[in-house]
Amino acid sequence: MKAGMQKNKVRSAVRATTDHLVTGLAILATVLVVAPLIAIFVYLLYKGASSLNLAFFTQGPKPEGVAGGGMANAIVGSGVVLAIASILGIPIGIGGGIYLAEFGRGSHLANAVRFTADVLNGVPSIVMGIAAFALVVVPMHHASAFAGGVALGIMMIPTVTRTTEEMLLMVPHSVREAALGLGVPNWRSVLSITLRTASPGVITGCMLAFARVAGETAPLIFTALGNQYFSVSLNQPISALPLQIFIYSASSYDDQRRLAWAGSLVLIILIVLAVSLVRYVAGRGILKGAS
Amino acid sequence: MSEIRIRKPETISEAHSEPVSTTDSSSVRQSIPSPADISNVRRFLLSRGNSAIADRAFGGLMLACAICIFVIVALIFFELILQSQMSWHKFGLPFFFKYNVDPNTGAPLFWDPVNGTFYALPFIYGTLVTSLIALAIAVPLAIGMAIFLTEMSPRFLRSPLAFITELLAAIPSVVYGLWAIFVLVPLLREHINPIFIGIFSAPWVVKVFGWTHLVGDDGLFGGVNLGLGFFAAGVVLAIMILPIIASLTREVMTSVPNSQREAVLALGATRWEMIRIAVLRNARIGIVGSIILGLGRALGETMAVAMVIGGTPQIQESLLATGNSMASVIANEFAEATTDIHHSALIEIGLALFLVTILVNSLARLLVWAVTRGAPARVN
Repeated sequence: MKAGMQKNKVRSAVRATTDHLVTGLAILATVLVVAPLIAIFVYLLYKGASSLNLAFFTQGPKPEGVAGGGMANAIVGSGVVLAIASILGIPIGIGGGIYLAEFGRGSHLANAVRFTADVLNGVPSIVMGIAAFALVVVPMHHASAFAGGVALGIMMIPTVTRTTEEMLLMVPHSVREAALGLGVPNWRSVLSITLRTASPGVITGCMLAFARVAGETAPLIFTALGNQYFSVSLNQPISALPLQIFIYSASSYDDQRRLAWAGSLVLIILIVLAVSLVRYVAGRGILKGAS
Repeated sequence: MSEIRIRKPETISEAHSEPVSTTDSSSVRQSIPSPADISNVRRFLLSRGNSAIADRAFGGLMLACAICIFVIVALIFFELILQSQMSWHKFGLPFFFKYNVDPNTGAPLFWDPVNGTFYALPFIYGTLVTSLIALAIAVPLAIGMAIFLTEMSPRFLRSPLAFITELLAAIPSVVYGLWAIFVLVPLLREHINPIFIGIFSAPWVVKVFGWTHLVGDDGLFGGVNLGLGFFAAGVVLAIMILPIIASLTREVMTSVPNSQREAVLALGATRWEMIRIAVLRNARIGIVGSIILGLGRALGETMAVAMVIGGTPQIQESLLATGNSMASVIANEFAEATTDIHHSALIEIGLALFLVTILVNSLARLLVWAVTRGAPARVN
């Protein structure tokens, strides 16, 4: 009897210890993950902030070894490429999202589209670059801003589609019914009632997709190719911010490295803005409050 | 009455816009009041035209946008096959596993753009090794973090931690690469690699584990310590896929119904036993799915790897050696490639990468989907 109690006591002591041990391990894992990540983040902010100045936004690159200079041409180039990407990617993405949420709900086709979008989302960005190279650069015989825009535009579509669908699904049915009840045609109800109600979410989704592709380098290496000079021509090679960071990261000149850090900071700020906006919109329940 | 009302707009608007057609059945026509009888609101709406055509056109347009996604995937696939044809015809399947032997030194020769030797084996090796290192580091940490976040963390910590993971998952790959070049690589070279080298070449370790050929000077941590190489690439990849695996695992764990937890706790389990029996067991398929998704990301990750892996086409046992992965060789060489066959060979590597990541991602999506949206996981 006594031995049995002793055994039980030992067993529960072991169980309690294991429990504490695992709790400790989980906390340790969290700290091990979060601490370096925060350290990286703070380091990037610090390095970027100490390298950023006005010249970064106003001047073009200087020859190697010459002090100063900025990334104005890369910023403009990123703007051009991203504008093309948005023009191509956002309408198709939103259209796909509307189809998934409003027309194809529950159909096999919609499931297949949703699945394909998720798969497309996972395709490595470098493969997108090759695809745009084969689709645009090979027929045109030279790299161009347009080719870079196509590569990034394709990458935007799945993200925009899925967020649009999610946001549209959050719009309460009563809103749609009210519109249809007033005799509004379906297309009108979708565009000016449902989509409009969901527009904060859809816009932040587009911003998120935009911010993601704004940092993409791999698809641009051989489509936009990079350019030393100011260029806004769609038919010419063009520079872009991430591309320039990549090139400068291998530089042995301090000034060019400094520019790379400053460029990273600009990209990070864009990302932080987009992610916080998404959380704000999704978390505050703007859409739910609309009913 | 109400049934007729619903049909009215279409019929009337037709009558409104065209001369009344004689094919309409008279019985329906009789039940419809003449235009003068309908209310002002209705007339206002009808004056906006027939919506049937517009509706159908709009639906078709949206459908076309959705179909676009299929078309894009098909087009990518088609173009990759088309452009890699030359390499496909020249090297065939051995492209992925054969190699030439250097006549002078007897060393294996995989990839020599100058002399037209293109075999992709070292890149497959590089991709596998870096991804495995990344998974080995990231998976335990990510699962530990997910357990902490779902089961233990005080409520006020959850949201900021989730925000940080989300943020870090979105930081561009090139920024991680920049950080890795200037911070991680020196850190590994000066402080971390010497520890591993010390462990792996300690006399007693060599004595006990010498038969595995993984220790000593030609083992996993032998050779020159440059900082760059497979190990550095693996560590960067681990940092990059950690947030993804952690947040997906958390999602899967959260979707385990609370009744399961309560049932196990009610039987007198400790918290860890509850996590093991109720949470991990129910969520295991989804956790495997999220790990595979992380693997898919690691396989295709390009820039950060290209910046720290070193860029040499070789296979060496040492993790400190430089190499190249499938994605990074494309990034490093494609823009400089001058011959068609070089382009073609690189595109064939891209095609292989495309197929592998699609396979891996589909598998992962199916697994995650089965847990979070499909039927609840089976309880054994």
